[in-house]
Amino acid sequence: MSGASPESFKGNAARALADAQLQRALLNVKSGFIVKRAKARAKLPEFDRLRDDARAIKDHTLAHLDLYLEAYERKVVESGGHVHFAPSAADARDIVLRLCREANARIATKGKSMVSEEIGLDAHLEAAGIEVVETDLGEHILQIRGDRPSHIIAPVIHLNKEEIAEDFFRAHAALPRGRTLDTVQDLVSEARAVLREKFLAADVGITGANFLVAETGSSIIVTNEGNGDLTETLPATHIVVTSIEKIVPTLEDACTMLRLLARSATGQEITTYTSFATGPARDGDPDGPRAYHVVLLDNGRSDMLGGDFHEMLRCIRCGACLNHCPVYGAIGGHAYGSVYPGPMGAVLTPALVGIDHARDLPNASSFCGRCEEVCPMAIPLPALMRKWRERDFDRGDPPLTQRAALGIWAFAARRPRLYHALAGTLMPLLARLAGPKGRLRTLPFTAAWTATRDLPAPEGQTFHALYRQRSGER
Amino acid sequence: MTKKAARTQAAPLVGLFVTCLVDLFRPSVGFAAIKLLEDAGARVEVPQSQTCCGQPAYNSGDKEDAKAIARQVVESFERFDYVVAPSGSCAGMLRLHYPQLLADDPAFASRAQALAGKTFELTSFLVEVLGVEAVDAHYAAPVTYHDACSGLRELKVKDAPRRLLRSVEGLTLTEMEETEICCGFGGTFSVKYPDIANAMVEGKVRNIVKSGAACVLAGDLGCLLHIAGKLSRDGSAIQCRHVAEVLAGMTGNPAIGQARKAG
Amino acid sequence: MNATAGPRAAILSRVRAALGVRADEASRLAAVEDRLKRHPRGTIPARALVERGTLLQSFETMLTDQGASVTHAATPEDAVRAIADDLRAHDLPLCLRLGDDAVLAALPWEAVAVERRFGPAQSDDRAALSRAITAAAETGTLFLVSGADNPTTLAFLPESHTILVGAGDIAGCYEEGFDRLRAIYGEGALPRTVNLISGPSRTADIEQTIVRGAHGPKRLHVVILG
Repeated sequence: MSGASPESFKGNAARALADAQLQRALLNVKSGFIVKRAKARAKLPEFDRLRDDARAIKDHTLAHLDLYLEAYERKVVESGGHVHFAPSAADARDIVLRLCREANARIATKGKSMVSEEIGLDAHLEAAGIEVVETDLGEHILQIRGDRPSHIIAPVIHLNKEEIAEDFFRAHAALPRGRTLDTVQDLVSEARAVLREKFLAADVGITGANFLVAETGSSIIVTNEGNGDLTETLPATHIVVTSIEKIVPTLEDACTMLRLLARSATGQEITTYTSFATGPARDGDPDGPRAYHVVLLDNGRSDMLGGDFHEMLRCIRCGACLNHCPVYGAIGGHAYGSVYPGPMGAVLTPALVGIDHARDLPNASSFCGRCEEVCPMAIPLPALMRKWRERDFDRGDPPLTQRAALGIWAFAARRPRLYHALAGTLMPLLARLAGPKGRLRTLPFTAAWTATRDLPAPEGQTFHALYRQRSGER
Repeated sequence: MTKKAARTQAAPLVGLFVTCLVDLFRPSVGFAAIKLLEDAGARVEVPQSQTCCGQPAYNSGDKEDAKAIARQVVESFERFDYVVAPSGSCAGMLRLHYPQLLADDPAFASRAQALAGKTFELTSFLVEVLGVEAVDAHYAAPVTYHDACSGLRELKVKDAPRRLLRSVEGLTLTEMEETEICCGFGGTFSVKYPDIANAMVEGKVRNIVKSGAACVLAGDLGCLLHIAGKLSRDGSAIQCRHVAEVLAGMTGNPAIGQARKAG
Repeated sequence: MNATAGPRAAILSRVRAALGVRADEASRLAAVEDRLKRHPRGTIPARALVERGTLLQSFETMLTDQGASVTHAATPEDAVRAIADDLRAHDLPLCLRLGDDAVLAALPWEAVAVERRFGPAQSDDRAALSRAITAAAETGTLFLVSGADNPTTLAFLPESHTILVGAGDIAGCYEEGFDRLRAIYGEGALPRTVNLISGPSRTADIEQTIVRGAHGPKRLHVVILG
C-alpha cells in the first residue's frame, strides 16, 4: 500500500490527525483496552509478580537461545514435524512457497501472523498462483480492502461497520445483492459463511505462533474466533511461520506467559481458544494435518541478541504499549508505516529495516513512559528509543536546523556565565515583545509551536539575575 | 501550620536546582520553592554554576553534551545535603539518568550515584524528607492537578502534591479524567512533532475544562507552558500555575501566559 | 546432513556469537537440561488454590461470564438429560456428533432420544459433544485433547458444542492440568492438539462490538458431572 513506510511518518501522521473518523475510532482503543486491562490486573493480585517471573523466563531463554532452539527442534522432529531455519525474510518466503508447492496447494488459509506480514508472505504466495485466504475477521476485511492493519491486536479498529459492509458487498460478489448487512452481527455471520467454505477447501493452513515450547516441541496460538484452530486442523498441511525469540522452555513457562498475554492485550482473563499444536496427526487421529512444518525466522533478531536492543526480544506482542501510548492514541497504527507500530514498533522497526529508514519512529515520542509501565515484560521502551536517537545523532542524521539549535543550546549550557548573560538579555526582550498580554501569538523561529499554541511570555528577568540582586540586597 | 525550625547549623543544607525553564520563564516558581523549603526548616543556597540538567541534549541522542552538563551539575551540587528541583523531570534526570550516563566515567560514576541518592522533586522532598504535613496558604478556587509524566513514573510523585494542596485554605481539588496522560510537551517533542503534541494537549485541555477547575496546577513548568499555551490560544480563562506558587501563597502575580492586571 | 543445514548452522552460530558462548559449555547445557526436566512452576494465582467448593464455584462463574452456559449433573442420567434439554431449548435437532470417548459412550443414552453419530465433525453437523480430559478453574478453562476419543473438529465446526467434564477432573491451575496430561502422555510429550477452551467463539474486531460465533461454535454448553 502506498505511503506505508516509516519514512512517510510525518505525512501519514498529519493525515491521521485530520481524519475525524479515525480519531473517533481511536477513542475506542483508549477507553476500551485501557480500562479493561486495568480491571484484569486488579482481579489478579499476582499480576506484578507474574511479570517478574515472565521477565526472568525470557532473560534465561534468550541467554540460552541456541540450546533451546536445538531442544525445541529435537522435540518437533520427535513428534513427526519438521523445522526450517530462515535467516532472512526472503528465505522464509521461499521455504513456505516450496512447502505449499510440495503440498500441491491451490488454497491456503491463514491465521493472524505478524511475522508473515513482516516477511510479505501473502503477496509472494499469490504471485505464485496460490489463493491465500486470511481468516481472522479483521485480517479478512483488510485483505478484501487491500489495507494494512492499524493495530497488532485489533487490526481494523480504524474502520466502521458501514465501510466494512461496502467491502463485503463488493468482495462477496456471489451472494444475493439485496441482502442486509446493517449490523455487526450481519457482517460476522456473512464472514463466517464465506470463510467456512475456504476453511474446508484449504490444502495448507498457515498460522503464526504466540509461543513455542521447547519441552514438548509445541506451537501455541491464541484466538477468540477459532479461526486459527480451523486453519491448523482442517488442511492436510500445517505451516507455522514464526521467529526464533518466541521460544519458552516449558509448559509451566507458557502458563506464566499466557496469564499475562490476554490480560495485557484486551483485558480478557484468557482468550477463548488457546491451542497447543505438537506435530502432525498421530496414528488413530481422525482429523488433523498429515504434515506439520515450523519456519523459524531470524531476520535481524540474532543481531539484537547481546546488544543494545537485546531487551526488545522479550516482547510477546500483546499490544499494551500501543493501547496506552498517547502518540499512538493520536495518530493510530497506519501512520507508523510499519508492520509493528506504537512504542514496540518504534524500537523493533529500526532494528529490522535500519534506523536510516525509520528515524521518525523512535523520535516521535514524548517519553511519557506509560508503555514501559504497562509492558508485561518490563521492556525499557523509552530507554531503547533513546538509544536509537543516539545512533541517529552519531550518524549525523537529525536535520541541520535541529542540530544547530541543539548545538548552540548545549554550547551555552556548558558555560554558565555566558548562558546567564545571554539569558539575562534575551528574556526581558521577549517579555517586552509580549507586552501586557503576557503571551506571544507569533515569533520568528517558533512557528512549530506558535502555529497551534501561544507561547507564554517570560516574566522578564531571569531567576539567576533576580536572585543575585536580592542576595546583594540582603 | 508550618514547621518553622530554627535556622541552626543542624538545618539541612539544600541546593536549589532551579531548572532552565523556571530560570528563563518564571523565576517566581524558584522563589516560591525557596520559601517552602525555608519555612520547612531548610537552609537554601542556589549555586550560580547551574544552567540546565541536560535533558534536551540527552533526549536528542547527544550523549557527549549531556555528559558534560551532568558533570557540571555534579560538581556544582555535590556539597549539599540535598538537591531539590521544582520539577519531576529534572529531578528524575539527576536521580535516575545521571548514574547511567556517567557509569563509565571513573572520575564521576560514584559521585553521580551519591548525588542521585540525595536529589528530590520539591513536593516529595517537603512531604517525605522534611515531614511537612500542611502549608500556611490560602487559595480559594477549584483546582485540578496534572500529573507530569517523569515525576509520576520515574519518581512516583502522586500523593505528595495532593496532600499539601488539601491543606491550602479555601482550595477544592477536583481530579480531572486521565490526570496521568501526557500533555504532549515532552521537551523537544513539542516542537519536533508539533501536530501530534498539539493533538495531545487538546486532549488534556478537554479534560481540564471538563473538570470544572478554574486553575490547573502541576509540578513541571514544561507541561504548564504547553497547557497554558493551548488554553491561551483557545481564549480560555482557566489559569495555570506551578503547584509551588499556590503552596507558598505567592499567587499575586499573573498566571502563566496571562495578562498583567491593569493598574 | 539435510538440505537446511546451512541456514540452521548460520542462525545458531550467529546466536552463539551474539551471546559470546560456545555450543559445548557444560554449565549452560546443564541449566537448560535442568529446566526442561524439572519444569518448575512460577507464581500460581491464589484463586487457583482455594478450597474445592469455592474453586468449582468460580470455575462456573468464569465460564458463564465468558459466554458459556453451565449445568450440574449429579448422575450420568442427569447428564444426558441436561444435554438433550439443552439441544431442545435452542431449537437444535436431537442429534450429536461425538468421538469414541469411553466415558461418553457409557452414559445412559437410552434415557433420551438423541441420535449419536461418530467420528470427526462433518460440515453439516449442527451440534457436537466432547469430553474434557481436565480443566483449570482459574479462568474457567477446559482442556480437550485430539484423538479418536474426542476429535478436534468437534470443538470448532458445529455451531453448538457441549463439553462434559467430570467434577473430579477440574484442577485449580493450568499447571495442574498439564501435570495430568503428563501422567497420561509422558514427560515432554503432548498429543497432536491440546485445546484450552474458555467459552464460545467470539470476535470484537468490528467496532469493538462483541459477536458470538465468529468461526467456531456460537454457543458452548458445559456439563459438570459429579
